[in-house]
Amino acid sequence: MKYIDEYRSEELAKKLLQELLEITNKPLSIMEVCGGHTHTIFKYGIEDLLPENITMVHGPGCPVCVIPLGRVDDAISIACSPRVIFTTFGDTMRVPGSKISLLQAKASGADIRMVYSPLDALKIAKKNPDKEIVFFAIGFETTTPSTAMTILQAAKEGIKNFSIFANHIMVVPVLKALLDSPDLKLDGFIGPGHVSTVIGTKPYEFIASDYKKPIVISGFEPLDILQSVYMVVKQIVNNEARVENQYKRVVEENGNQRALQAILEVFEARDSFEWRGLGSIAYSGMKLRQKYAEFDAELKFRVAGLQVADHKACQCGEILKGVKKPWECKVFGTACTPETPIGACMVSSEGACAAYYNFGRLSKVVQRLNNNLSI
Amino acid sequence: MAQDFNPSSLFQMAENSRRKKVDIKDKFITLAHGSGGKATHQLVEGLFLEYLRNPILEKLEDQAVFSISHQVNKTNSVNKLDSLRFAFTTDSFVVNPIFFPGGDIGKLAIYGTINDLAMSGAKPLYLSAAFIIEEGFLVEDLKKIVQSMQIAAQKAQIQIVTGDTKVVEKGSVDKLFINTSGIGLIESNVQISSTLAQAGDKVIVSGTIGDHGTTIMIARGELELEADIKSDTAPLNFLVQDIINEVTSLGKLNSLHCLRDPTRGGIATTLNEIALSSNVYIEVYQNNIPIQEEVNGACEILGLDPLYVANEGKLIAIVSSDVAEQVLERIKKNPLGQNASIIGEVKSTPSAIVAMVTSFGGSRIVDMLVGDQLPRIC
Repeated sequence: MKYIDEYRSEELAKKLLQELLEITNKPLSIMEVCGGHTHTIFKYGIEDLLPENITMVHGPGCPVCVIPLGRVDDAISIACSPRVIFTTFGDTMRVPGSKISLLQAKASGADIRMVYSPLDALKIAKKNPDKEIVFFAIGFETTTPSTAMTILQAAKEGIKNFSIFANHIMVVPVLKALLDSPDLKLDGFIGPGHVSTVIGTKPYEFIASDYKKPIVISGFEPLDILQSVYMVVKQIVNNEARVENQYKRVVEENGNQRALQAILEVFEARDSFEWRGLGSIAYSGMKLRQKYAEFDAELKFRVAGLQVADHKACQCGEILKGVKKPWECKVFGTACTPETPIGACMVSSEGACAAYYNFGRLSKVVQRLNNNLSI
Repeated sequence: MAQDFNPSSLFQMAENSRRKKVDIKDKFITLAHGSGGKATHQLVEGLFLEYLRNPILEKLEDQAVFSISHQVNKTNSVNKLDSLRFAFTTDSFVVNPIFFPGGDIGKLAIYGTINDLAMSGAKPLYLSAAFIIEEGFLVEDLKKIVQSMQIAAQKAQIQIVTGDTKVVEKGSVDKLFINTSGIGLIESNVQISSTLAQAGDKVIVSGTIGDHGTTIMIARGELELEADIKSDTAPLNFLVQDIINEVTSLGKLNSLHCLRDPTRGGIATTLNEIALSSNVYIEVYQNNIPIQEEVNGACEILGLDPLYVANEGKLIAIVSSDVAEQVLERIKKNPLGQNASIIGEVKSTPSAIVAMVTSFGGSRIVDMLVGDQLPRIC
């Protein structure tokens, strides 16, 4: 594919890898924040290619993975309410709540439909005036603008049977929480690409100035990621800490002002929001402003808002912080697999555990064979 | 990451757990059970096979192969026992929409069953067709579909010899579902089975992958996306005959090991089934896998992996390396096999695993489909 294959060239990758080998042999841990990056890293086998001294730590940037059990339960309870058509992105269907998933709720009779955009949910609302259509709004600043635009559209058209269950989250507060966490040992960050197309590169400056860590905003193709890793390592070697933008073909310094305005018009920060495995983080979630309260499913359905503790054996929290590797979790690959996920990291293809389970096991299997160990 | 990994007992547990006997724990049937991937396997092995087990069924091939012995009375000789090998299969079609670029539910119902028969090396002979129709369905549409079945049957040189019609209340089914069953005769001495892949074999795919599934996805019109692609729905019985003729003429009939048509779950699922059944490792090379530019682009936008997207007119052949080039050339001469390619090879270890060497030089496991990418694709 034109404009894509260029970013998947094996030849260019080899050159970059050679430069990475030569620049330093110091052990370095670099976190890719975004789940999309995690997916690319596993899909293309990038960890096998990187020099041994560089370890990628898979961060909390998969919105499906960080949604807490309680919010999934709330979503299911809304979906099972009378006269409701519950609409959601496909990724969330299999996320386990404390008892069942949306997919299981659908099989037991709830009207749950997969959509590709909140505007599709609005279309369903217009077609079904006797039903209440709820959209399960999740995601970072990448998906928030489309939810905001949908709310503005619904308000403009005066649609009364549409609401959203808002679970939008923000990347900067979680990064700050991670940086403040005492057990975190990271040398630098690969910053999210899609989020940054919306918020720009400026909001990350505190990472460089206050925490003295380099961050490079990266694209999603394998060469983008390799180049970004190289840029982070180069800053570390040169004793620098700056925000750099590798994804210049898409990300601008000031972001997308129209998208930001739409978010600001419709949403405001919650005092705090719970993240799966990470606990409550101040000002990290978004809710609808009072002006748009009529579209707030939490008010329409009097959502219980219960907090549900994660499964005891689940170590999603440690994995999301990069403190533990997926295979170090006691239930990884045994009780917790993509078919029967316990933790959210195993659900979405962008989750570190699922990506590792699906794509990453090969080198370990081969390693065991080479060591003459049975598998 | 490689340096801090200690091959722990945990990892061994994960691998063991992946291979253990399946058990169906779900309370409800979900769409994932119909995806052709892992959940389907759990349902088939954990429930259907549990109650209906017999030596033919438990092979879980796409068709049952069995022999029927009969007395042959020959003049001037004693009675002699002769036996004929048959292939028998059934398939239901629930595709949505029922008309799509490159075909319709009727054409699909004929070719789908023919292809399942052909993958055993059988020459398809007779088909049955059963229709479950929703009240209110347009007779005009039904006529179009049956006409399309007539043309398909002629092309594939089979006959539909029995059938059934049921009409149900509005809402009990969506428009029209069709079931076809078929029987075919295995004339040659071929022994084809997904248990027969061996280390050293080559993996051939007969053309571009993902065309059918991507076409259906776009034809549903849920995504305002247009692409100039059509379903690859086609009968593969003559292509299979070409392959059998080729290995026969080389005197190496035994070099043809597996034939499968990668429908639901795509080539990833089919290759996993073969790797499991034959207890081998299959390695494929991303650069060798033929994919149409438009299909690749559409999958990129939809977030689908073409390896998991359904095909309805493609086959995977696993053959010994000594005949691989000749078989490939023969497939390419057939109009249905012009884009055929050797996409990988079979190795002995790590067994029951499929992996892909990516175009980027890394490698990754290609597991069976989990969940459902697209329901009602065929």
